[in-house]
Amino acid sequence: MNAFSLHDTVLSTERLRQSLLDPGCGGCVVFEGWVRDRNDGRRVLRLEYEAFAPLALREGSRILAEARERFGVERAYCAHRIGSLAIGELAVWTGVSAAHRGEAFEAARYIIDQVKHRVPIWKKEHYESGDSGWVNCERCAAAADEHTETGHAGHGHRHALT
Amino acid sequence: MSKAPLYGLVLAGGHSRRMRRDKASLDYAGRPQLARAVELLRARVARCFVSIRADQHQDPQRDGYDSIMDLLPDLGPIGGIHAALAAHPDKAWLILACDLPFLDAATLDHLIAQRSETHIATAYRSSHDGLPEPLCAIFEPASRVVIEHWLEQGQHCPRTLLARSNALLLEPISASALDNVNTPEQYAAAAAQLAGDTPPTSGTQPPADPHSPDGARPAHAAHSLRLTVRYFALLREQAGRSTEALQTQACTPLQLYQELRRLHGLALDPQFLRVAINDEFGDWHARLSDGDTVAFLPPVAGG
Repeated sequence: MNAFSLHDTVLSTERLRQSLLDPGCGGCVVFEGWVRDRNDGRRVLRLEYEAFAPLALREGSRILAEARERFGVERAYCAHRIGSLAIGELAVWTGVSAAHRGEAFEAARYIIDQVKHRVPIWKKEHYESGDSGWVNCERCAAAADEHTETGHAGHGHRHALT
Repeated sequence: MSKAPLYGLVLAGGHSRRMRRDKASLDYAGRPQLARAVELLRARVARCFVSIRADQHQDPQRDGYDSIMDLLPDLGPIGGIHAALAAHPDKAWLILACDLPFLDAATLDHLIAQRSETHIATAYRSSHDGLPEPLCAIFEPASRVVIEHWLEQGQHCPRTLLARSNALLLEPISASALDNVNTPEQYAAAAAQLAGDTPPTSGTQPPADPHSPDGARPAHAAHSLRLTVRYFALLREQAGRSTEALQTQACTPLQLYQELRRLHGLALDPQFLRVAINDEFGDWHARLSDGDTVAFLPPVAGG
């Protein structure tokens, strides 16, 4: 199986856990990201994930390879849901197994942080109030409308054009 | 000061990817296009050359013409222009693309008559969008340093070069003389016209819609690219589609995005986006190639 994978059906944590088993490993760290019922003070009813699959698979696998290389962990996997998800559902799973716990914790943290920042996956929140919004996009769109540089500097999504 | 002598160069070093056949060998009214272009040019310049890639050195279609080989590989048309100016730096060069079957003597004669040596180049404006047409144009010796500087900056688009430089731009004297032919369908239509049945309907056809699929007639948009664009998330919703095929004058993803931003009213400023070319992250200033798929990626939010 590809180290990074996209799924449009419920993730099986048991199957994913099996992929980490390794007789040379003494520790395993798993992070699960769940759909929360609120964000930025607004009640969320459900989420919708969308991915640019070929590049998401490629970039996700690069992150996992980096994690294995940097932290010397044995196995590292990440699975991400796409499609419509209800509150409480498992949206992203990443697991690492290693000889010792230290590098497993560090690698798992690295993977989930990098995945959130680099992999072309987008999340739309549907709110209780009936409207919806793409996380991280709306503020940029609003900023562009106002032709202002204030308000979004430092939120980490601006990309160099040169 | 007298004008520098005028040499001619037919650009025949392209890959003809969309045509899937060598454009230089395409037959119009019984003659291959390369021979037609050379003949038209040769009568008007002191010497005439054909621009080739290194791997076309022994190509039979190009054999028999004086040739100038690209010095720098894979630069497209500007590589040919650069090589010619380097080979004969004291000459001015009349550059002709090899995919202009409707080009006529009057268009070349007018270009030569209007030539200005106080500009780095003399070119026509496109009858389609008013932008310079760099591939039927005269480049003066002074353009050499400008082009070298352009290449050093990683830029390759000759149209943008002329648009930003001190070039004399002429109004076209014929609406269709610079229509180029990129696809088998366009070739079939152009060949039929030139076979004599229907003369080119100069100025009577509406300009081609640059965002519609190729019609069965030559594209008005000379030297344009056929691209596929993919949209995601907020951009997909604003564009009202997840993918589109289009023909564009844009040379880089940034130019393309600016064009599409106006067309679809996209809210996101490019500084917030990343671009992918053929399913890999790319550069906003990369030179796009015919057939590329370009994706514009809004700020991501996985996890």
